[in-house]
Amino acid sequence: MSFAFLAALGATLVVRPAGPIRTLTDALALARPGDSIVVHAGTYREPPIVVRTRVTIVGVGGPVFVGGEHSTLEVEADSVVITGLRFRQVTPSPLEDRAAIVLRGTRGCRIEANDIRDAFFGIYALKASDCLIRRNRIEGSAANDAAAGNGIQLWQARAMSVVENEVLGHRDGIYLEFSPSAVVRGNRSSGNRRYGLHFMRSDSCTYAGNLFARNGAGVAVMYSRNVQMLDNRFERNWGDAAYGLLLKEISDGTVTGNLFADNTVGLYLEDANRNILTGNTFQRNGWAVKVLASATDNRFEGNVFEGNSFDVSTNSRSASSRFAGNWWDQYRGYDLDRDGVGDVPYRPVRLFSLVVERHEPSLILLRSPFVELLDAAERFMPVLTPETLVDGRPLMRRPR
Amino acid sequence: MRIVRKILASELRNVARSRWMVGYALLLLGFTSLLLRFGGTGERALLSLLNVVLLLLPLVSVMFGTLYVYNAREFIEMLLAQPVRRGALYAGLYGGVALPLVAAYLLGVGVPLLARGSEAPGYLAHCAMLLAVGTLLTLVYTAFALCVAVRIDDRARGLGAALLVWLVTTLLYDGIILGVATSLGQYPIEMPLLVMVFLNPIDLARVLLLLSLDISALMGYTGAVYARFFHGGGTILAFLMLIVCAATPLLVGYRWFLRKDF
Repeated sequence: MSFAFLAALGATLVVRPAGPIRTLTDALALARPGDSIVVHAGTYREPPIVVRTRVTIVGVGGPVFVGGEHSTLEVEADSVVITGLRFRQVTPSPLEDRAAIVLRGTRGCRIEANDIRDAFFGIYALKASDCLIRRNRIEGSAANDAAAGNGIQLWQARAMSVVENEVLGHRDGIYLEFSPSAVVRGNRSSGNRRYGLHFMRSDSCTYAGNLFARNGAGVAVMYSRNVQMLDNRFERNWGDAAYGLLLKEISDGTVTGNLFADNTVGLYLEDANRNILTGNTFQRNGWAVKVLASATDNRFEGNVFEGNSFDVSTNSRSASSRFAGNWWDQYRGYDLDRDGVGDVPYRPVRLFSLVVERHEPSLILLRSPFVELLDAAERFMPVLTPETLVDGRPLMRRPR
Repeated sequence: MRIVRKILASELRNVARSRWMVGYALLLLGFTSLLLRFGGTGERALLSLLNVVLLLLPLVSVMFGTLYVYNAREFIEMLLAQPVRRGALYAGLYGGVALPLVAAYLLGVGVPLLARGSEAPGYLAHCAMLLAVGTLLTLVYTAFALCVAVRIDDRARGLGAALLVWLVTTLLYDGIILGVATSLGQYPIEMPLLVMVFLNPIDLARVLLLLSLDISALMGYTGAVYARFFHGGGTILAFLMLIVCAATPLLVGYRWFLRKDF
């Protein structure tokens, strides 16, 4: 069926190890715009393959392209489709960012259902736009940081869609720089050496329904505006300097409906301004939220905090983020008028978390009766904890 | 040995019959059951139990132990008039107080924990850790109790001293640690603090339990230092240290008991 459909658009060239066309390079030399190239199962070792015409390349039975000291497949034409191919081995280089698939300045391409293993970089979109990168599996196995590239990298790309891919074992799972208006949805990025997702200077992007788990340093996003992060999961990012989600100089963003579970620090805000954080769930984190004084005017509403060692921590008395209408499992207030909102404000910043912020080794006193006593006294009569960080309308019941 | 066993048996019968001990076991039982029923997930209930273990257990052990030895004063004097070695009597006394306390703890906390069960990974290991650490803490504080009761003849002063032991180890010592940590915070004092923690059985028990329960918060830089230590044989060292913490007051009390003029 699909072959008939493809044939209707143009000629179909068939590549198989037995010939007559034995390599994708040969097929591309013969192809005219609009043609399809069907690559049958087999192992192909070719010099750098460059796609300069608008073609559809379909792998049947999982043809394997073995790379080497260069990028394996470079796309320079618009509207190219690449699907069903397997890529193995792209040798790391300290000088150039080699990838299994490179999109160079193209628009409207579709890279779908490919399987990439042991590549330095997986898919590298350079100055591309309006492309769809979907359902690819990209697994790296770098032995050290120098030999690890990023799984999916967008650089100066516009309006790209990165959907339902699985990235493991790379340096950064998904990396965007200078790439505005991207949609990153339904991806699973886990076990990467550094960040599950890393972006810088990429405004107006949407990240939805992704899973970022067990990455060396969690997820860090920086220097961007109008970013939407919806219904993602940030899980099990443990270690010194590991964050579920680190927001640095992110402004006017929306962080809604995400789950932060089992991270050393669930959410970290530094120089992040005017963000709206609603309906997120923070479970079993060391610190659910660390918000530095440099982060201003962020609004936390309708979030759930449960089982965290510290709910909110900050480094200054003058922190200016606002909390309202959240649910805190450590809230002990009452609700006389039965409107579902506690009558006593909740102070999520414990005295001890301030102490730990300034003198980290004192963390060894966590849950000591002495410290609990200090916290209780401080809660009764706040002297040192920031007065502004108060939830004046804590919820009595856990939402949902 | 036969005499130790006889004294122990008589003591055990005495103590087991006491309403105190039954009340203590029932208190723990009720508390643990309630926590498990209303405390949400298993791990959070275990964290609440941590507070019981750290606050209640040492307090009850040291107070009950001291009180018991004072009450047994006439019994001790009567036995000392017989051909009984003081060592045997001392061992019998200690076992007679410590074993029922341990049994009450294991029954009161252990039974509901195990009966409730949980599929959470590591639940059994966490329970085992909680029970083991609680047992050791009981042994440590009963040893303190014996020490105090043997040394101080006046009952009121003795009970005061027992309370002081509890207060110092539970609260004041942590205040000192906090003072050190905040005044020397700019130096790498993780290891010195760890040494301080090792010198106080309650702190040691707390850190040991926390590292098995509440690991995520301890995984910052400091946490990494502590976690690495405890995973690299530190746990065994901590258990050994708890045993030393029990043995030291026990032996000191023994020396005093041998020389004491009743």
